[in-house]
Amino acid sequence: MSSNVLFDAPGPRARRRHAILSVLGAALVVGLVYLVVRKLGDAGQLEVEQWKPFVVDRSVWRDYLLPGLLGTFKAAVLSIALAGVFGLLLGVGRLSGIAPIRWASSVVVEFFRAVPVLIMMIASYGLYSRSGVFSPETAPLAGVVTGLTLYNGSVIAELVRSGVHSLPKGQSEAGLSVGLTPAQTLRSIQLPQALTAMLPALIGQFVVILKDSALGYAITYLELLNWSKTLGSAFANVLQAYLVAAVLFIIVNYLLTVLASRVQRRLSRRGRANVVAVGAVVGAVPEASTLGGQGVVNTDGTQGGP
Amino acid sequence: MGDILSKYDVLGAFGMTVYLAFFSAIGSLLLGTVVGIMRLSPVRVLRLLGTGYVNIFRNTPLTLLVVLSVLGLTYILGLNLDPSSITGNASRWAIVMLSIYHASFVCEALRSGVNTIPAGQAEAARAIGLTFGQSMREVLLPQAFRGAIAPLGSTLIALIKNTTVAAVVGVAEAANLMAVIIENETGGLVVFLVFAIGFVILTLPLGLAFTSLSRRLAVKR
Repeated sequence: MSSNVLFDAPGPRARRRHAILSVLGAALVVGLVYLVVRKLGDAGQLEVEQWKPFVVDRSVWRDYLLPGLLGTFKAAVLSIALAGVFGLLLGVGRLSGIAPIRWASSVVVEFFRAVPVLIMMIASYGLYSRSGVFSPETAPLAGVVTGLTLYNGSVIAELVRSGVHSLPKGQSEAGLSVGLTPAQTLRSIQLPQALTAMLPALIGQFVVILKDSALGYAITYLELLNWSKTLGSAFANVLQAYLVAAVLFIIVNYLLTVLASRVQRRLSRRGRANVVAVGAVVGAVPEASTLGGQGVVNTDGTQGGP
Repeated sequence: MGDILSKYDVLGAFGMTVYLAFFSAIGSLLLGTVVGIMRLSPVRVLRLLGTGYVNIFRNTPLTLLVVLSVLGLTYILGLNLDPSSITGNASRWAIVMLSIYHASFVCEALRSGVNTIPAGQAEAARAIGLTFGQSMREVLLPQAFRGAIAPLGSTLIALIKNTTVAAVVGVAEAANLMAVIIENETGGLVVFLVFAIGFVILTLPLGLAFTSLSRRLAVKR
């Protein structure tokens, strides 16, 4: 607990002060909740009819929320798979011994990390719907997946690179000294270790992708946010629909974050503590993922995706 | 291309992006500092509140927050931040939501700065007789601040890119204008490159500056 660093064990006076602060904090929350409830009540948003459908009406879940979740997951799973491939290629490219490949991969990675995902989604969606590569029904999905893949692929490329760099030097030296070529060393010694250490960060990246898939709303992709909008107009409970969607997002993402830190702990128990610096849970501890090491600012602000 | 640049106000759109980013950066820094202090405080209730805040807002999509603010809070609850104009209200709400959302990241950045301090530093400070206030001022906070520079820089860059989300409620910033241009004109790829490079210009120097700053100020251990 970091508070140990900053604070001593409280004495009697400090304990009294803490008790007062606790009461103040609790009062703040109660006050805020009261304000929200009163505002909702004044606007007639606490009526039973507006909340009841979520409990009693099965069509709310069957026809709106579950298809929404499905849409969100479909885009997210496709994106993480494609981003994994794209990222692995770029990451290996940045580690390549051939300078032009290294430079090209670096430019691609830095470029896509600096451009907002929404810009890429809108542009690729525009491109797809105009050129007719995808049917009008699949163009939004393709746009969402393209945007998410390009951005997250670049982030994963950085994870791969910093994962390999954070391995002890003895690993590659041992590989080279038993007669493996640099490429073989990378493939059969460095990458397997780096990828295992990356796993928690990859799960954290999945949280980012899930959240970012809500941007599909802007290009008419039918994911959870878009479905809850439809739900809200169908049942005349717009506000409630959005709040329920928010709760669903929070639950899913929170569970994933917990899973990531579990994996993280398991990996470090296996004695890989020396390499897990990269694998630090992206969602849980932003700074720990400083791609490329201590004190490096991520030009993409890795965890800040919407 | 020059045709498009003269027909549409690309610079104005990026001006809006900078406007959103500037005020949300201030807002999120203030709010995030408050939440960060709560999360780091020795008072358990405040710590729980801070943790709750971070878990809620870090796991909600920003898009949802922004859409909710205009379609829900303005139209249904009547919370209008600028009754004189629809876009004024939308951009102000966007600033509020960007601030709220990124405050959770600012909080985590500050906390990570504190976490870089070895416990020995605090113990040494108290051992040579500094009071609580002195050890905070002279020993702990300077180190915590330096450790927080890099993650704060990452958060600021993420914030600049995330201002594009305001496009979904019709704020006329860069992403919004790009959508309009792509719909009306040909040559989508060139348009994309123009806007993409605009964001690279906004974010890349910041990234370099923050990196060199955090390296220069890094505490040697």
